[in-house]
Amino acid sequence: MKIKDANISHIDEVGRSLPRLEARAKVTGRAEYTHHVKLPGMLYGKIFRSTVAHGRILSIDTGAASAYPGVHAVITGQDVLKVIPEPYFGPAFHDQPILALDKVRYVGEAVAVVLAEDPHVAEMAAQLIEADYEELPAVYDEIEAMTSNVVVHDMLKPAGTFPDLKHLAGKRDTNIALDFHLKRGDAEAGFAKADHVLEHTFRTQQVMHTPLEPMVSLADARHDRITIYTASQSPSFVRLEIARLLGWSENQVRVKVPYLGGGFGAKLYIKLEALVTALSMLAKRPVKVSLTMEEQFYTISKHPTTFKIKSGVTKDGKIIARRCDVWWNGGAYADIGPRVTQKSGYTAAGPYDIENVDIESFALYTNRPPSGALRGFGIPQLVWAYESHIDLIARELKIDPLEIRRRNILREGRPHATGTIMRGAEIEAVLERLAQRMDWEKPFDQGSSTSDTSSTIRRGRGIAIGFKAVVAPTTSTALVTIAADGSVILSMSTVDMGQGSDTAMAQCVAQVLGIETEKVRVMNPDTDVTPYDMATLGSRSTFHMGNAVSMAARDAKNKLMALAREAGLPEDYDGPWRGIFEKRYGMQAGTIVGFGSYIPAYIPPDKSTGQSENVTAFWMIGATGVELAVDTETGHVSIERMISVVDCGTPLNPKIVETQLSGAAIMQLGFTLTEKMELDAGQVTNASFSDYKIPGFHDIPIVMENHMVDSVQPGAPFGAKGVGESSTFGVSPAIANAIHDAIGVRLTELPMRPETVLRALRAQQNNPLED
Amino acid sequence: MITENKRRIHFTLNGEPASALIGTHQNVVELLNIFDLCGARESCGQGLCGCCTVMVDGQAVSGCLKLAAMVDGKDVRTIEGLDQDGQLDPVQEAFIETGAFQCGFCTPGMILMVGHLLDRHPQPDDNQIRGFLSGNLCRCATYPEIIQAVHLAAEKRNPRKSTTKTTTSF
Repeated sequence: MKIKDANISHIDEVGRSLPRLEARAKVTGRAEYTHHVKLPGMLYGKIFRSTVAHGRILSIDTGAASAYPGVHAVITGQDVLKVIPEPYFGPAFHDQPILALDKVRYVGEAVAVVLAEDPHVAEMAAQLIEADYEELPAVYDEIEAMTSNVVVHDMLKPAGTFPDLKHLAGKRDTNIALDFHLKRGDAEAGFAKADHVLEHTFRTQQVMHTPLEPMVSLADARHDRITIYTASQSPSFVRLEIARLLGWSENQVRVKVPYLGGGFGAKLYIKLEALVTALSMLAKRPVKVSLTMEEQFYTISKHPTTFKIKSGVTKDGKIIARRCDVWWNGGAYADIGPRVTQKSGYTAAGPYDIENVDIESFALYTNRPPSGALRGFGIPQLVWAYESHIDLIARELKIDPLEIRRRNILREGRPHATGTIMRGAEIEAVLERLAQRMDWEKPFDQGSSTSDTSSTIRRGRGIAIGFKAVVAPTTSTALVTIAADGSVILSMSTVDMGQGSDTAMAQCVAQVLGIETEKVRVMNPDTDVTPYDMATLGSRSTFHMGNAVSMAARDAKNKLMALAREAGLPEDYDGPWRGIFEKRYGMQAGTIVGFGSYIPAYIPPDKSTGQSENVTAFWMIGATGVELAVDTETGHVSIERMISVVDCGTPLNPKIVETQLSGAAIMQLGFTLTEKMELDAGQVTNASFSDYKIPGFHDIPIVMENHMVDSVQPGAPFGAKGVGESSTFGVSPAIANAIHDAIGVRLTELPMRPETVLRALRAQQNNPLED
Repeated sequence: MITENKRRIHFTLNGEPASALIGTHQNVVELLNIFDLCGARESCGQGLCGCCTVMVDGQAVSGCLKLAAMVDGKDVRTIEGLDQDGQLDPVQEAFIETGAFQCGFCTPGMILMVGHLLDRHPQPDDNQIRGFLSGNLCRCATYPEIIQAVHLAAEKRNPRKSTTKTTTSF
């Protein structure tokens, strides 16, 4: 029997660059965000935060705040214990208290909350709270944290929630949340055999996602039921975690997520949801907590890292051994840092075919604001180091930077450092497309050949390539329902935070059902209705949820065909779907529910060697090429041309994919050239857009190109895989390599601000700038 | 202590007379929320990101910095006023056609600013666009598409003139 919608001729829905389904709502200012949700009787909570980086709480004086007119209540960690006796949360370790108990571990940690009907009242009263601390020594640097006597947590309690983090051990008297080791071959023997052994150390800085919709959550707790409205990338995880904290079942917790005003990893796992839950239970009223832009900097960030990388190379440029030591500065609470450390850790040697590899990767606690996931899950920090390093190797050996990459590139069918055989990873094609777009074989005008010899402008070019494995194993499920008039609803817990997942997933459903994408309605996540999804993170949705929604659509289609048979319709019925329902039920009645559930295969890496035959469901590959100009008088770097090339499989919606590519690349440009959270004794001193510079219109490259290589990802929905992060990978090292090319100076720390560039240049000229 | 001073203001909101009792400390974003208008959004809270942009007497202002009391007697226009007749404004159409947004949080402010730009410079070049919109931030960094949208909107508003040649290729 063939079932098709008689109203349209067949169209390929997948591969169509249709506008986002919610486009009209967004351009008219009517799209729903948690930011706008108000409930009757709602109170606003304003957080009072720690002013010391590490200290024992001696007292919290809430008297003046409580007495302030209009204040409903002032809540401390001790109050939280009345409704949640074990108030510690986190995806890797249950290490973070809802409000500080006994100790504070970073400046900006939530210590108390004022509740009031008027948010201005809550804000004023919060300033009247006074806390006394016995200050303790603090540790901020990831290397110091390895051996420091300062221990951020006395005892570590693994969460045991995610299968890839089951092995985390409870430990005492250490700041090491996780140590990951990978051994392949014999790196030391490789170094002994090599003609050249080079070692460099690279560092990255702490940065913040700064979604323009600051984090916001609202809870409405009733005696046996709670509804949470939250700007979250992981509604299913929030439900699990809140149910665990309350000792309730999952069906007593409802999590609703409208559109997100940006996420980038900031709104993952659990952030304010546990706090608003406790506050609403205590106040017996709905409570909303909306962070300011400043407060976001005290909530989550991207890991600062130190990466020491050492390679043994033959005289013709073949890398035969590599050792990577990576230290991840996780801040005061682990959040998802251990996963970043492990999952990113095993790709630390880069997309190269290296016989002998040794990787040590450590997640560390310090007294900084917590670090978590940020667009790339640790990969940009690694690529920064290994792609700067290979450029230095090329210079040392006087081999062209493209040529040395070609000689070492990890090819299809070859084993990765984990032992997993590379499949469906177009690393070589990405590199070659970049070389072609850069016209790499042609001579490049560096500016010194111009007639104007007094010019202070020097030009350079650079390339870099990186790759990433997807987080594994994770599950996505979806429902596709067909109403009696034949209209279709897709219910899934993937969160559309701007990446276009609603549209792309609707395209998969439409393709399977043979209908127009615009006719598919996509439900915003609501855990009472939309089924489980691990989270919207790490570019996993296209592949995982894409498989789940396609399965759900096929299931719905099969059930529709069965219904037509039940109704006694002829085998060649190709009339409208409503006709099937009318025939079967005698009127416009009935519903078809199709379900899909997807989890890919995965073998966890061996604890001591990091080896696994199947470490990832797919690989993401991204390369960047840059042409830039450096003003040697000011250190200013102007990006003249930036080219991103990725393997994202076959794009479901090429236009949206291109927007993702350029958006991710520009975001990484900010992390490369300007952004850095400045800390003074643990206090972030630039937590505002006036002092923390994110890219604006004047900062984008003069010319940008985005390319996708021809690729079909095996096992993927219509050959597509994730793309939200891939164009971040190569940006920072491509720029550092191009600066080196332009002015002969190597920068090893981010960001590369004009002052940094100028200082390095003047130091090299033996004419250093004064401090 | 927060002042309990309340003040009644009268103003024009998207072409209609409006009146509200507001606290003298409240800003324009809060004022608009009273009318269930949520298109102007407070984000950075410092007038640096442009998410809360509204038009007051034809001038673009940051709703997070402007006190509600200051729009007494003024003409206030918001994103919600652009499609009152059910038709999208050419700028809104251009944003959809070029895919000039992702999360959409900055989009209303961006669209109002683009309209303002085209009022002053009907055929802007890329430098004018970058300069005029430099006070509007987009963390999704959909800047290249927004520049395309401005050119397309210019053409839609004034189809007979050819658009200025773009110096930027995306």
